[in-house]
Amino acid sequence: MTVVVGYVPTPEGEAALTQAITEARKANSTLVLINSSKGEAAVDSRFAQEGDIQDIEQRLAGQGIEYLIKRPVRGHDAAAEVLDAAEEHNADLIVIGLRRRTPVGKLIMGSTSQRILLEADCPVLAVKAGR
Amino acid sequence: MDVWSSLMDGFATALTPMNFLYAVIGVVLGTAVGVLPGLGPAMTVALLLPVTYALEPTSAFIMFAGIYYGGMYGGSTTSILLNTPGESSSVVTAIEGNKMAKAGRAAQALATAAIGSFVAGTIGTALLAVCAPIVVKFAVSLGAPSYFAIMVLALLAVTAVLGSSRLRGFASLGLGLAIGLVGMDSVTGQRRLTFGQPLLADGLDIVVVAVAIFAVGEALWVAAHLRRTPLHAIPVGQPWMGKSDWKRSWKPWLRGTAFGFPFGALPAGGAEIPTFLSYVTEKRLSKHPEEFGKGAIEGVAGPEAANNAAAAGTLTPMLALGLPTNATAAVMLAAFTSYGIQPGPQLFESQGALVWALIASLFIGNLLLLLINLPLAPMWAKLLQLPRPYLYAGILFFATLGAYSVNLQAFDLVILLVLGALGFMMRRFGLPVLPLILGVILGPRIEGQLRKTLQLSAGDPAGLLSEPIAVGIYVIIGIILLWPFAYKLFRRNRPAHKPLVPANSGAADYSD
Repeated sequence: MTVVVGYVPTPEGEAALTQAITEARKANSTLVLINSSKGEAAVDSRFAQEGDIQDIEQRLAGQGIEYLIKRPVRGHDAAAEVLDAAEEHNADLIVIGLRRRTPVGKLIMGSTSQRILLEADCPVLAVKAGR
Repeated sequence: MDVWSSLMDGFATALTPMNFLYAVIGVVLGTAVGVLPGLGPAMTVALLLPVTYALEPTSAFIMFAGIYYGGMYGGSTTSILLNTPGESSSVVTAIEGNKMAKAGRAAQALATAAIGSFVAGTIGTALLAVCAPIVVKFAVSLGAPSYFAIMVLALLAVTAVLGSSRLRGFASLGLGLAIGLVGMDSVTGQRRLTFGQPLLADGLDIVVVAVAIFAVGEALWVAAHLRRTPLHAIPVGQPWMGKSDWKRSWKPWLRGTAFGFPFGALPAGGAEIPTFLSYVTEKRLSKHPEEFGKGAIEGVAGPEAANNAAAAGTLTPMLALGLPTNATAAVMLAAFTSYGIQPGPQLFESQGALVWALIASLFIGNLLLLLINLPLAPMWAKLLQLPRPYLYAGILFFATLGAYSVNLQAFDLVILLVLGALGFMMRRFGLPVLPLILGVILGPRIEGQLRKTLQLSAGDPAGLLSEPIAVGIYVIIGIILLWPFAYKLFRRNRPAHKPLVPANSGAADYSD
């Protein structure tokens, strides 16, 4: 059993991670955390810092779940990286964080979440950050 | 009083609304390219050369000067917030600046860098206004043999003193001189290195060469290394300084200026050596030596002042002698030529209005830079989130458009690509770009002086030594060339000490 979570260092990403930990413990499954960047800009705030990743590792180890942290930088967008990982690890569940958006905002902005929802072969759990 | 009144005339020209607008465009563009690692003022000026053909030369140079100074300001922002120097001259700034930022003092580091740059830039520009006419007075008395010697000195010094490897430096210089030779011999009309290609008979257009080497070469190089693990910019608010920061900063600013200007003015000075010297001096003189290595404000204030003063210093030989010592000055010199203005000591005489407007615009640019850098630093840092593919696609587009627009010849695009590939290979094998570009620009002028000398002496090489200044310069050249060997002998039985600058401060030494 595997749970794949797409993580970004934002409230939405934190919410997704918390939910994913709950799911992984419930089903006693492996947690695969994806935090990717296209690596095209000199600075990418959605790519977690080394310190953050260490904190997460400690947190996961403390919860006693099997985990795998992947931080690919190979020019693919985040949706492709999450879908890739889900396929590779035969994921039973993908957990993602959603931003709150108005319908118009959704129309203008493309979204990683939407692509994962449309293309994933397994159930996708979408979480919002608490207000 | 002559300098004063000329300078006031310069201000009058530089402050006309149109010229002021170009100064603003220049400093904004300059800061932007300074902030972005890999892009430098030299590349920007090269890309803008074809675009500015339609402008008044004065407006164009005011803009170029803004870009040049702006690059110096912008480089420090990247150094401090990202630990990746935006420019080679801000490598040293990164050592203390990034430590300060990590300790939560990014605002103070940015403030001391910006205000120090302003102080040093203003003093440096004032020194430029005072020194350049004196140098000109001296220079008009020089004959062809001395000129030849000074140019050879500049080329060799830039090649041998700067950069990590002399061999690579000389390889690059050789390539540059060879490119400069292409075309019709100016005296005999023989065709050199044209390979029977009539389109090459006029030589390679310097604009095409500069755009190819700086823009296309860099774009290909970045494309080959597109994906890098992203870094984290340290978040920063409004830059400001407390009372104790001012107290600790003002002396390093002045000392940095004192280091920067003379080194910038010397052929082969560059901005790297004085920033380094300033850092070492501040470390030694500091009342808080224990803070060095952990974020000492003196270590930011001194080197940042030094690199801006050096920028002003570099313009002294450029304007007074027609002798560029860094890449941006070299491209600006090429711009003079493409406007049909003959650079050299006669420049102050023949183009006085332009030169003084340029110097006045440096004062204005400095003030503008302080105004746009202090309050807007966080916004400039946002530029780093720009995805490189878009950025470099735009650069390639402009490079191609520019190269084509020079002569409206498709053949120039072939040259652009060939030389762009050369620029890429040079970066691949670690050859510095500066000697090449200086070779291309100075090569034909050196040849002209050599020919003149030899014609005067009826072909006798002894004519090269006919002026005492020339002889003196050849002695200096000899020392520069033999120095490493002497140094090796001297150091043979001493242990090597560790370099002070960490090896990972990976500023590309071509982006200057």
